[in-house]
Amino acid sequence: MADLVIIGGGPAGMSAAIAAYKKGVRDILILERDGALGGILQQCIHNGFGLHKFGQELTGPEYALQYENQIKELGIRYKLNTMVLSITKDKVITATNGEDGIFKLRPKAIILAMGCRERSKGALNIGGTRPAGIYSAGTAQKLVNMEGYMPGKEVVILGSGDIGLIMARRMTLEGAKVKAVCELMPYSGGLARNIEQCLCDFDIPLKLSHTVVEIHGKERVSGVTIAKVDENKKPIIGTEEYIACDTLLLSVGLIPENELSIGASVSIDKITGGAAVDQDRQTDCAGIFACGNVLHVHDLVDFVSDEAEIAGQSAADYISGIKEENIHINVETDGKIRYTVPQKITKKKDVTVYFRVADVYRNVKICVYDGDTLLLAKKKVKVAPGEMESIKLSEDMLANCRKLQFKLEEVNA
Amino acid sequence: MYDVAIIGAGVVGGMIARTLAAYELKICILEKENDVAEGATKANSAIVHAGFDAKPGSLKAKLNVQGAKMMPKVCEELGVKYKNNGSLVIGFHDEDKRTIENLLERGIQNGVDGLEILDKDELKAIEPNISDNATAALYAKTGAIVCPYELTVAAIGNAMDNGADLRTGFKVCSIKAADAGYEICSENDSIKARFVVNAAGLYADEIAEMVGDTSFKITPRRGEYILLDKECGGLVSNTVFRTPSKMGKGILVTPTVDGNLLTGPTSVDMDDKEDKSTTAEGFARIIKEACENLNCIPFHKTITSFCGLRAVGSTGDFIIHSPRSGFINAAGIESPGLTSSPAIGLMVRDLLMEGGLVLREKGNFNPIRKPMHAFREASDEEKNTIIKKDAAYGRILCRCEGVTEGEILEAIRTNPRPSDLDGVKRRTRAQMGRCQGGFCMPLIMKLLAREMGVPCEKITKRGGNSFLITGKTKEEI
Repeated sequence: MADLVIIGGGPAGMSAAIAAYKKGVRDILILERDGALGGILQQCIHNGFGLHKFGQELTGPEYALQYENQIKELGIRYKLNTMVLSITKDKVITATNGEDGIFKLRPKAIILAMGCRERSKGALNIGGTRPAGIYSAGTAQKLVNMEGYMPGKEVVILGSGDIGLIMARRMTLEGAKVKAVCELMPYSGGLARNIEQCLCDFDIPLKLSHTVVEIHGKERVSGVTIAKVDENKKPIIGTEEYIACDTLLLSVGLIPENELSIGASVSIDKITGGAAVDQDRQTDCAGIFACGNVLHVHDLVDFVSDEAEIAGQSAADYISGIKEENIHINVETDGKIRYTVPQKITKKKDVTVYFRVADVYRNVKICVYDGDTLLLAKKKVKVAPGEMESIKLSEDMLANCRKLQFKLEEVNA
Repeated sequence: MYDVAIIGAGVVGGMIARTLAAYELKICILEKENDVAEGATKANSAIVHAGFDAKPGSLKAKLNVQGAKMMPKVCEELGVKYKNNGSLVIGFHDEDKRTIENLLERGIQNGVDGLEILDKDELKAIEPNISDNATAALYAKTGAIVCPYELTVAAIGNAMDNGADLRTGFKVCSIKAADAGYEICSENDSIKARFVVNAAGLYADEIAEMVGDTSFKITPRRGEYILLDKECGGLVSNTVFRTPSKMGKGILVTPTVDGNLLTGPTSVDMDDKEDKSTTAEGFARIIKEACENLNCIPFHKTITSFCGLRAVGSTGDFIIHSPRSGFINAAGIESPGLTSSPAIGLMVRDLLMEGGLVLREKGNFNPIRKPMHAFREASDEEKNTIIKKDAAYGRILCRCEGVTEGEILEAIRTNPRPSDLDGVKRRTRAQMGRCQGGFCMPLIMKLLAREMGVPCEKITKRGGNSFLITGKTKEEI
């Protein structure tokens, strides 16, 4: 038995566990489906992790180790190679592994920290054949970094999400030729620093407003046809270009993996694909919390850790019966700001709201309104969908607030 | 010397093999691909048709109705999922209504039970998500769904468990008369058999030509499909057809036995028997027509798309006959071929008998095969008993479909043994879910390599040169 069960032993799960422990919860159990703690960080052997959290550039495994060591020092229990099969609304967890078989847990609180998965080729309806040699970027990363195998020698990458950019560099360093990175949108979905360090530094062309329209090759990929797309993202006839390659990598989006959450009747935000939560990262099922990429896709693990600490501390409060909900404020967005996390605020205290914008905008201000009253404005030279933004709201701003509206407004020159 | 060689390990070849495996016969199945069920069998609508569609008096009509009646028992014996979900032919206007009435008439002539015409309200009552524009429907209660590759793997596995041989990678190049029978040669191998059954699908015309039979031609007809997430499998319970018109049968929408939603097929005659590519036009047509059938289909929940090539015979009917002594064609088996396959097995058996093959029933024939989905459907208690004996059944490798390492190993060790990733996929559903193998592919690749005793570099997606990796890192490339 356990007071708190955390589903997922990646950066979110570990950080949440440590935070809950520090707030006094002792009976914690982490369930991890992989054979080791660390989640996706295990295969992220590049650096750039921990700048915000530790003030230094760590690799993924180094970052994970900071937390894994604490988990072990604190004696927090975890089960590896253990898959959660279902969660019910009243917090009954069914899980399986080779040693215990199928077993049930009935904790006082649950933290969802299952991470996300990559959108697959199948979801894209790309015409052509279905040969070997088509991988999502994360699968290729696992093959190269964990298994020591090369997925191919001549590569085209569709999508310029961060994993795609990282893999462009990784494949190049391993001797493969990355011929192009095609991005459907007129801007990259990845971090600016990754465009510089992974593409520009290696002379890999980034073809914006381009997509793959046909895959060739019967047994193994022999090439792809790419084309320019118009403003409606439809391929423009006459712009087709054939690129010979043996591998197509896809980095076309990450999807929070919420099948378990849905099974537990947790309400899902259609835009984030994750649970709708309050400032404590509590879902609308009391005692079920969510954090990390299962809640919304982050670009930096440092922010995952921060978010998970909130979830861990809140779960600890929930277990010890602390209840201080006194307000109910929905956070709304204007479309230019696509979503916020949290989606609602139920306690009067300082809250940092995280959000993403829908497009690339320049010279704008992020405005927070309560009805017609402007509470806060923050100027930005540039905002882009690939970079998560945040804004801190103080307790006094929330004091008499009824409804928060997040808007993106132009800055008059 | 085999008694019977069957060329083609699709559902037709598989059902023939399984039928013949009940007798004291030496049987060999020859397949050019790396696995069974690699042709039209793996990419079709997966439907057990009620039988109202085929022209009365045709072989298609007779074998469809007979096959549909046999299918539940065949599936039960083989441990294959079968669901009698019913089918609907929906119409939008008066002309459709007349066609529906003709189909009813045709169905009755063909001997189909349980047909009735529904009005708009009755239709809406059983399928609330059907298009508001649909005005009437033919309802066939006996319509059903089955997984065609599961059925084929099981049929061939059962035939093998009862003594039949399977040779994959055996592409027949020539057939010569030899020793009161035939010698069948591939590029580097040959076998002899007293009788030959040609169930070579798209290539049946070329195989027939090898013994001088040029009486028919096979044209590949492209059919593209889009498969949606299991979240969408409950949008309809019946298989929903449109009323056939001059433009053909149109796009259907159906749940699958595994709970996905399947929609397609397009229908384009091709020249190339190997071109299984999908097209932007095809996707556009499927999406347009499917959305006319149902009020809302969430195509953003697509998990994959694929294309099958149907073997369309030049005679307009199934071609099942003996053009030469000891040689039987089972050719041109387009729709309703899957449904008809158990009945085709019996018909071919009878033709062989007429041709002089002596059939003596095997005393120890076992028609039962352990279901591939046995573990999945066991209770938690039963599962725990199995996990205690073998911990691999407690470890889930494919998270989307919930497939355990134990089930994958069992599939790898069970007849007909898969030797590539797609083979494992078709037997276990691992890699068939919403992430399409993103997480489990490397794990399954390593498992298969270990079981086959080869390095991962030798593992393919689908035989031939469909290698998954090109080598190790830090190697000269």
